[in-house]
Amino acid sequence: MTDRPLTRNIDLNRGPLDIAGYEAADGYQSMHAIAKGLSPDDVLNIVKTSGLKGRGGAGFPTGLKWSFVPRGDGSPKQKYLVVNADEMEPGTFKDRLLMEGDPHLLIDGMLVAAYTIQANMAYIFLRGEYIDAENALKKAVKEAYERGYLGKNILGTGFDLDIVLHTSAGRYICGEETALLNALEGRRANPRAKPPFPQVSGLWGKPTIVNNVETLCNLPGILAYGVDWYQGLSRGVDHGTKMFGVSGKVKNPGCWELPLGTPVRELLEGHAGGMRDGLELRAFLPGGGSTDFMLPQHLDLNLDYDEIGKAGSRLATGTMIVLDDQTCPVGMVGNLMTFFAHESCGFCTPCRDGLPWVDEIFRGFEAGTGNQKDLQILHDHIEYLGPGRTFCALAPGATAPLGSGLKYFAEDFEKHITEQRCSYKH
Amino acid sequence: MSVQMSSDSSMIASTSTRARKLNAAEIAEIEHEMTLYPDKQAVGLEALKIVQKHQGWVSDESLLGIAKYLDLPASDLEGVATFFNLVYRQPVGRNVILFCNSVTCWIMGCDDLRRHITHSLGIDFGQTTEDGEFTLIPVPCLGDCDKAPVMMVGEKMQRKLTRDSIDELVVEVRIQPKARDDV
Ligand SMILES: Cc1cc2nc3c(=O)[nH]c(=O)nc-3n(C[C@H](O)[C@H](O)[C@H](O)COP(=O)(O)O)c2cc1C
Ligand code: SF4
Ligand code: FES
Repeated sequence: MTDRPLTRNIDLNRGPLDIAGYEAADGYQSMHAIAKGLSPDDVLNIVKTSGLKGRGGAGFPTGLKWSFVPRGDGSPKQKYLVVNADEMEPGTFKDRLLMEGDPHLLIDGMLVAAYTIQANMAYIFLRGEYIDAENALKKAVKEAYERGYLGKNILGTGFDLDIVLHTSAGRYICGEETALLNALEGRRANPRAKPPFPQVSGLWGKPTIVNNVETLCNLPGILAYGVDWYQGLSRGVDHGTKMFGVSGKVKNPGCWELPLGTPVRELLEGHAGGMRDGLELRAFLPGGGSTDFMLPQHLDLNLDYDEIGKAGSRLATGTMIVLDDQTCPVGMVGNLMTFFAHESCGFCTPCRDGLPWVDEIFRGFEAGTGNQKDLQILHDHIEYLGPGRTFCALAPGATAPLGSGLKYFAEDFEKHITEQRCSYKH
Repeated sequence: MSVQMSSDSSMIASTSTRARKLNAAEIAEIEHEMTLYPDKQAVGLEALKIVQKHQGWVSDESLLGIAKYLDLPASDLEGVATFFNLVYRQPVGRNVILFCNSVTCWIMGCDDLRRHITHSLGIDFGQTTEDGEFTLIPVPCLGDCDKAPVMMVGEKMQRKLTRDSIDELVVEVRIQPKARDDV
């Protein structure tokens, strides 16, 4: 047993474990447990009671999501599992580590998920730039076939699974699960209308589960060591451990697996070593570029989904971006707006036209041409781009740093207008 | 000191009629993809990537060649090709620099490094050096934010960048040119 089920095999001073090494570290025990007589419904119940929530950003309960897949005799024969390995959320660097560091853990988790929904085909949708992860996964998939963990009649269960590693051709929107399915089908990656949800009609119209890399990496431990062990890992309300990262001007930026419920302060001041000398913490985005800013006053909150939610933000990817007192907050929000404007898929008007407008206004602030009317337009866009106004969650994601930035850094915005310049050095 | 990619070159697709015959290596790889996906539409995007791997970019002639080989409408394939930023529909240099300009790299000073590259190589985003060695392209967060600022040169990550480390890298790459089918 371990208290770091996601990273215990990861040692950056060597390559990832090969299949023999992985097996020796209790690897693929999940499939052996299944072979000893767990039905898909048994596994579904285990995952449901574990309380595992999706680590891709939305935090949706994994077991519940799986339960929407049609089961039983009348259900479609062809079903798919798709791994969302498209990590591109600004400031997020956790799935890369998991895939480069322990690729067999992901395959192990995929077996559990695919068996539960009875999918015989799984695609890993991997970001094209992740060459090292691609190589690690290719090797691991090959080893898993050779050892009989993939292919036909796995461990005598009668269950078959094939894995195809798909490398993506780019664009942030491909991380949105329905856009991802379009990209896999070789189409332009605009999101799809929901319903129907992918669980019912997804890849090529078949029932499909899309799960994040880290979500799937939680499964082998749950099956091997049980729900009690899993729930005991956490220090807070939510269960298990999570990958947490800190980037920005801290002394020791990095990514660590920590129990859910760890205080923010412990992550930032302990693991990340606090701010670099001479700098003060101004604010932070707790879980990537689509989350609301939080302030030093929030440091004693715990890293739990609900608790971060109560502070008006989201735990999301768990990778924190730190803003120091000598970096321009308006510039930081502006950088994010450039990103979102650039990555809009262009399908719906508020996002396609609104985000470039917002971005343009930020360029104006930087150039010293901003005015009060611009500020009002930005405030209006928090609503125009908000939830329910656009076809997918990309634009609402942009309003998180925009809205919270306008609120927390109001003085800085004013100063850019009154002084007609940016007074920070950058 | 740079070759600006002209915005109207994307028009050529509709006027070019000559399909390039795909070579044996490209065809073998495309045929392999056919076994992994249930239809040709999905293979189309894979074929664009395969051709780019061999040719460096996807010319109009290549695109038409793929469309013909897979029996897909060229206009559909063009729609797909232009959606994805890692499919290059214009020639690129031997080494593509994917330069992260997302938020953490911005905090860590990537704007200054961009200016440095523009100054020393004479190229900004979307441009290729005159000797055809480098093309500079912005890319969203490369997922290495704890080692920011970062960029990729070809298939390799370059981390904790400074002006000096970029200068050294440029020299290194220029000494060892990368082999490719068409050069
Ligand atoms: C614009 C956008 C980008 C996204 N990018 C990713 C991503 O790169 N990786 C990911 O796992 N989820 C991403 N998501 C969330 C997915 O749509 C989906 O919720 C997730 O893959 C579900 O997996 P989970 O239930 O295991 O968390 C993105 C969502 C949106 C709206
Ligand atoms: S919100 Fe933006 S990214 Fe999402 S569908 Fe609309 S245009 Fe595309
Ligand atoms: S912001 Fe540049 S690697 Fe993440």
